[in-house]
Amino acid sequence: MASHTPKGWRRWLLSTNHKDIGTMYLWFAGAAGVIGGLLSMLIRMKLITPGNAFLGGDNQLYNVIITMHGLVMVFFMVMPALIGGFGNWFVPLMIGAPDMAFPRLNNISFWLLVPATIMLVLAFFAGTGAGTGWTMYPPLSGREYGHQGIAVDFMLLGLHIAGASSILGAINFIVTIFNMRAPGMTFHKMPLFAWSMLVTAFLLLLTVPVLAGGITMLITDRGFGTHFFSPAGGGDPVLWQHLFWFFGHPEVYIMILPAFGIISHIISTFSRKPVFGYLAMVYAMVAIGVIGLMVWAHHMFTVGLDVDTNAYFTAATMVIAVPTGIKVFSWIATMWGGSIKFPTPMLFAVGFIVVFTLGGLTGVILANGGLDVAMHDTYYVVGHFHYVLSMGAVFGIFAGFYYWIGKMSGRQYPEILGKIHFWCTFIGVNILFFPMHFLGLAGMPRRVPDYPDAYAGWNFVVSIGGFLTGFGTLFFLYVVYATFRHGKKCPDNPWGEGANTLEWTVSSPPPYHCFDKLPKVK
Amino acid sequence: MITKVMKIKLFLQSILLFVTQSCLAGQGQPSNWQKGFQEPASPVMRQISEVHDMVMIIISCIGVLVIGLVLYAVWRFRESKNPKPAKFSHNTTLEIIWTSIPVLILIVLAIPTFKLIYYMDRVPKADMTVKVIGHQWYWSYEYPDHGDFGFDSYMIPDEQLQPGQPRLLAVDNPVVVPVNNNIRIIATSEDVIHSWAVPSFGVKKDTVPGRINETWFRAEKEGMFYGQCSELCGPQHGFMPIAVKVISQESFDQWIKESQERWG
Repeated sequence: MASHTPKGWRRWLLSTNHKDIGTMYLWFAGAAGVIGGLLSMLIRMKLITPGNAFLGGDNQLYNVIITMHGLVMVFFMVMPALIGGFGNWFVPLMIGAPDMAFPRLNNISFWLLVPATIMLVLAFFAGTGAGTGWTMYPPLSGREYGHQGIAVDFMLLGLHIAGASSILGAINFIVTIFNMRAPGMTFHKMPLFAWSMLVTAFLLLLTVPVLAGGITMLITDRGFGTHFFSPAGGGDPVLWQHLFWFFGHPEVYIMILPAFGIISHIISTFSRKPVFGYLAMVYAMVAIGVIGLMVWAHHMFTVGLDVDTNAYFTAATMVIAVPTGIKVFSWIATMWGGSIKFPTPMLFAVGFIVVFTLGGLTGVILANGGLDVAMHDTYYVVGHFHYVLSMGAVFGIFAGFYYWIGKMSGRQYPEILGKIHFWCTFIGVNILFFPMHFLGLAGMPRRVPDYPDAYAGWNFVVSIGGFLTGFGTLFFLYVVYATFRHGKKCPDNPWGEGANTLEWTVSSPPPYHCFDKLPKVK
Repeated sequence: MITKVMKIKLFLQSILLFVTQSCLAGQGQPSNWQKGFQEPASPVMRQISEVHDMVMIIISCIGVLVIGLVLYAVWRFRESKNPKPAKFSHNTTLEIIWTSIPVLILIVLAIPTFKLIYYMDRVPKADMTVKVIGHQWYWSYEYPDHGDFGFDSYMIPDEQLQPGQPRLLAVDNPVVVPVNNNIRIIATSEDVIHSWAVPSFGVKKDTVPGRINETWFRAEKEGMFYGQCSELCGPQHGFMPIAVKVISQESFDQWIKESQERWG
């Protein structure tokens, strides 16, 4: 078919093609993942023994590293990979749409990430850098105490731009999913990944503007003499925490919901069984999204909110366990009675259920406003959120990569290499993050560049797990190389009858323009 | 029958021991390879520890159940053993069960949870008040009930440590309180947000500039109890520990006299 594929740099810079833009998002996320991963290696090198001289005793540098690790991983790795990458690639394919609703908006959504990245890099290198933590709490992020330089301003502007990119992307997904489903594809027939992206897009649309408001207020506090967050002028530092977490908590669902969608497809595909409880899965995601908007102050149990507020946020947070439980049990029920194959994407999907369940269960402990006083701001929290994000969301990304790389590139990954990558990562991350719960219970605070000698034992184990995970990630880069260099040609549907969504009906890789004639869904 | 009950009890106790085990090598500070809380030394921390044990047992059971089901499904329904997949995708009874049982578990969890939250919040009749002020990067303490004297408390740098003083935890002037007294803590900060935390007392309260927060503890044992600043507050965040020295009422009265002369 003669499609007018643009050539050279125009194809990418001026792209309005959802697959090309998705590809750029994935490469971008991969690069950000390498940078964020290197930063985490620096953290674990610093913490491998107490009192070591790594980083030359520059504690501000350490704070800058943890800040950048968090921001890079959240805004420049997980979100671009799951939403920009897989979302762009597969939402139109799965709903039988020729492209996204607003192709040029899609282009600017991606390219806004470049100035955002430049801003973030400047925030690392300008002056003494931005060492505020990714939560950017004032007054520490203010001008008066600790961050006089311009680094924090760069960071805030970078997030502003990344936020604008997210909002535009969210609008695009919502309009696409509402208006461009193939004839016959009602909402209740829509694949779960498209559903997960729809809920995610709504969360982005409702919360990122709140973050943008907060950031703007912080910028004017820093540069224009306002006192929104400064008590000296009648402001309140806690106001920032409300604004930040009103975005920040839904943000964790923004990162995990697309992974939920991917995992559902993979488990169904390799069990050769339809998804168990499709409608319950859909409405569990909607419920998680809705309740997720109303639980933000469980990040603030120690700031001195009144007791009834803490009680409410405890209760609301615990409720999230119910829809989450429905999802986990439905995944198991999807496998139950199936005829299960275990290629790499399925290994990551099963691994996802295990680590996500562990992370979810420690969430039940942290949701408790009484117990949280003992865990708040300790390594217990670090362990918990890495179980759900660094393992949950990232396992979702790896699972999606192995599931779809044949479709996207036309070349299938080498199975044995994928399996080595899985086991290396699975064992590595568990050694890395499980002992963090012990450290947290024993009282070790997070975000410290050195620790009392009594925490030395587990920290050493954690660092070893970190290096193993780092090795696993390097190995993944080799898997990517091997796939493109030596990968076998991938058929239209490499996974057989279990893979029954629309993307498997087009060629691998799909033609530049798909669905010139809209597919009919019965 | 009795033996069976005892067996179950023993089994549960051993689980409890495993999931909650805390090495009690050092009171008021962590010890190496510790897996659980520091030894509770206040009524609040004892309650936190009890509720934690209870929630831990429940979530451990759920975790074992879920991971067990996953492993069983992976083994039992692998392709070689089960070549022909079933085609069911609904089971209303099952779905009602796995929605309603978690709801029931949450209700069971909610009762001790709310008791704990409200118990921690309410300062019982306070015997005395200590004012805590966070600074970049040290703490200062004031005794408004004892003539309002105050002093600063800095970490002891590594090279000046005396034998027995834990690195990064020991301070030059610990805050001193009498044993078995209800201590009301009022906390604020003069620059950025810090957080005053002592794990063995179950106390962690952010010190926010422009606000005064209140919390309390009742130390039930004498000795030194350590904590660390628990809110990122700048480069020296890891180096502004908290040390609470709990002594008898008589020694405390003596200490107050000396301190009033020294800092009054």
